[in-house]
Amino acid sequence: MTARRTRWTRRTDRRLPIRSAAAAVAFAAGATACSAPSRGGGDGGAEAAESVVIGVASEPDTLSPLLGYGKDGNSKIFDGLLARDSDLELKPALAAALPKVTDDGRTYTYTLREGVKFSDGEPLTAGDVVYTYRTVLDEKTNNTARSELDAVEDVRASGDDTVVFTLKYPYAPFAARTVLPIVPEHVAGKQDPNTGDFNTEPVGTGPYVLTNWSKGEKLGFRANPHYWGDKPAVKSFTMAVIADDNVRATRLRSGDLDGAVLPPNLAATFEKDDGRRTYRARSYDFRAVTLPSAGQVTGDRAIRRALDAAVDRQAMVDKILDGAGRPAYGPLPVDDPWYERGIERPRDLAGAGRILDEAGWKPGSGGIRAKDGQRASFTLYYPSGDKVRQDHALAYASDAKKAGIEVKVEGATWEVIEPRMKTDAVLAGLGSVGDPDFGLYTLLHSTLAGDGFNNMAHYANPAVDEALDAGRRSQDPKVRAAAYGEIQKALVADPGYTFLTHIDHLYVLADRWDGLTTQLEPHEHGFASGPWWNIENWRPKK
Amino acid sequence: MARLVGRRALFAVPVVLVVTFGAFAIAAASPFDPVRAYAGTAALGADQETLDRLRENLGVDESFVARWWHWLTSALTGDLGHSSVLRQPVTQVIGERLVWSALLCAVAFAVAVGLGLLLGVLAARRPGSVLDRAVTSLSYTLEAAPVFWIALLAVWLFALQWDVLPAGGLTDTASQQVTPGQVAGHIVLPAGVLAVSQLPWFTLYVRQGVGDALAEDPVRGARARGLAEGTVLVGHALRSGLLPVLTLIGSRVPELITGALLVETVFSWPGIAAATVEAATAVDFPLLAALTVLATVAVLAGNLLADLLYGLFDPRVKLSEM
Repeated sequence: MTARRTRWTRRTDRRLPIRSAAAAVAFAAGATACSAPSRGGGDGGAEAAESVVIGVASEPDTLSPLLGYGKDGNSKIFDGLLARDSDLELKPALAAALPKVTDDGRTYTYTLREGVKFSDGEPLTAGDVVYTYRTVLDEKTNNTARSELDAVEDVRASGDDTVVFTLKYPYAPFAARTVLPIVPEHVAGKQDPNTGDFNTEPVGTGPYVLTNWSKGEKLGFRANPHYWGDKPAVKSFTMAVIADDNVRATRLRSGDLDGAVLPPNLAATFEKDDGRRTYRARSYDFRAVTLPSAGQVTGDRAIRRALDAAVDRQAMVDKILDGAGRPAYGPLPVDDPWYERGIERPRDLAGAGRILDEAGWKPGSGGIRAKDGQRASFTLYYPSGDKVRQDHALAYASDAKKAGIEVKVEGATWEVIEPRMKTDAVLAGLGSVGDPDFGLYTLLHSTLAGDGFNNMAHYANPAVDEALDAGRRSQDPKVRAAAYGEIQKALVADPGYTFLTHIDHLYVLADRWDGLTTQLEPHEHGFASGPWWNIENWRPKK
Repeated sequence: MARLVGRRALFAVPVVLVVTFGAFAIAAASPFDPVRAYAGTAALGADQETLDRLRENLGVDESFVARWWHWLTSALTGDLGHSSVLRQPVTQVIGERLVWSALLCAVAFAVAVGLGLLLGVLAARRPGSVLDRAVTSLSYTLEAAPVFWIALLAVWLFALQWDVLPAGGLTDTASQQVTPGQVAGHIVLPAGVLAVSQLPWFTLYVRQGVGDALAEDPVRGARARGLAEGTVLVGHALRSGLLPVLTLIGSRVPELITGALLVETVFSWPGIAAATVEAATAVDFPLLAALTVLATVAVLAGNLLADLLYGLFDPRVKLSEM
């Protein structure tokens, strides 16, 4: 029985110098957070650092980049032409260097790294890159992110190691899109990209290969022997899929998991734990209220400005997010390099009142203001079941009420919300990583008003449109910075959205490795981001 | 007996047809949007062109009658189609998962029946004794307790407090192969919880049946003739006392399926339950249809089993007349 028990005892035992039946005496293990053992048999620490088990909340629907998997990089099975480092700077991956941009920013030329092989031993060629991009762009492929490559007119191979992209219009952030993972044509090309088994049995060039995928339970990976980069110290890792936050925390506590993504209140329970560290990742993931331009009330500029002044962002961060977040003064987080300094503004209830008074919104019955017989009242929807958004919506409504504006909060499914997005406010959550254009253009450009989930507020501001276009056309960082600064200032003067908070993502992980980092993360998180974004570079603690 | 099975099999055909048609109709009428389900979170940032293209590619706008007919004709040729939400052939989804669900249910069912029999008989032998009162009140308590609550309680006690059993999954999270030893260790909790959730019914039915039988004349006669207590119990009381339990075995199958759904979710057990939920909310017609057929067949088979057992054990019922 002892031998059987050891398999389930805490993994922390492995840090004990002697791994034997004594390890079954598990109660001591939690308390002794010793570093690397100093006596004989001393590979316990290193061995424990070679395999990792991580708990995540959701799994990808597919592992095929042709259908959108890994489009923002950090896939462990695949590489893109480029990748991002911890500061989100682009660096070459399958390409030998950053692309040559010619023809006024309409032609991007990539030269491939030499000697790269897929995990089945076949060499990577320019044909694979062309096949990948062409398949993603194919109308018949059910890729959900195809519009992100909207700028591409044509992609072709020139020789075995050069790929040339031709764009429809100058598009400065294009290089950031080429983190898209590359698939082998000799495998994926033989099947239907929508239904073929490449979706569940991928072959790539990345640092790891998939060993097994038990859908809804876990994915297993081991180091890819053909990998072109340095050999990873972590030889194998497992992503356990556990949707329920409490169950995930429980399994982390029991030693079944080495690390997990957790909400703030549960992450706090691990704070006093010597053997584990909490990593807090800043993010682009904002929560905002869309204020539809078509609405009698929400479209009124005075109301929008008053709401912006009336909300207590800091209180939302402290109370709703337990401090794990930051006030959002615009779509970009305050530590983004493109963030316009100086647009921070404190809560100003008196100012909100003045704005409304000047615009003719006079206090009426029940403390709700009115103008020309129109009460300052509108409905705010949030997706039901999302507690964080519900809390934001209720806090927003109570702040608005203090300024004399009535916000009726209702929870509903997206099926109910979608047809009402044109007229009613929605508590939205978005955030893209990689370039300001990615998140802002689809959020603000008037030509995309009401286009699916783009520009949900139907925001229309000619000056902003112009700046958005300038920002994506110019290759000059100064011109771009000025354009994005102007957009952020315009959003303060005429807010089509009330930006509330940027949410931090929290991860708890066993403390067995050195120098782990987190990136600024997008709206989606947990699988490709977190401290394991660069697991192939982890090194065991000395 | 063969005639009974044959007739039931024939009868199952229209039932399955009606049930699948109903499933298609309900799925089509549900407010869920298949395109959104397919795209997942990506849909909430997608532009109209993408949403329209997916709608077109997935054939969402076809009428459900046409889709049902298409599914039926393909299924008869052995092609069950592709699951849109899992992006795998339906046969592969079922092949990968059914075995685990079947194993879980079989183990749980066997434990529930065996333990229910034991506890029921023990309680029935001395009605009103301490043991009887304990078993009965425990049964009523368990009957009222929700399955997921028992499951979470079991995880807390066995995995967290005592650290004797794994908290979830089919194998140790870190292991990359499935071995019989690992599965045996991992099935204890989910199967145990599922068994416990089914246990009260069997226990109470057995107690009632055997208790009634023990009070009947034949048993009193047997005891008067000085037969050993064991002979009386097995030979006389159990035979007639267990008949109501046989019907129960068949009728518990639907309950077992819903119970398995919750248990599989809590224990991250990779069975078909999780796939069923996904298929339903994603309006994934091919997968939903296949799983509906499976569930229907399971229920019908359960009923058939109950009838067959009845015919075998109850001298008053003749299989040839059923």
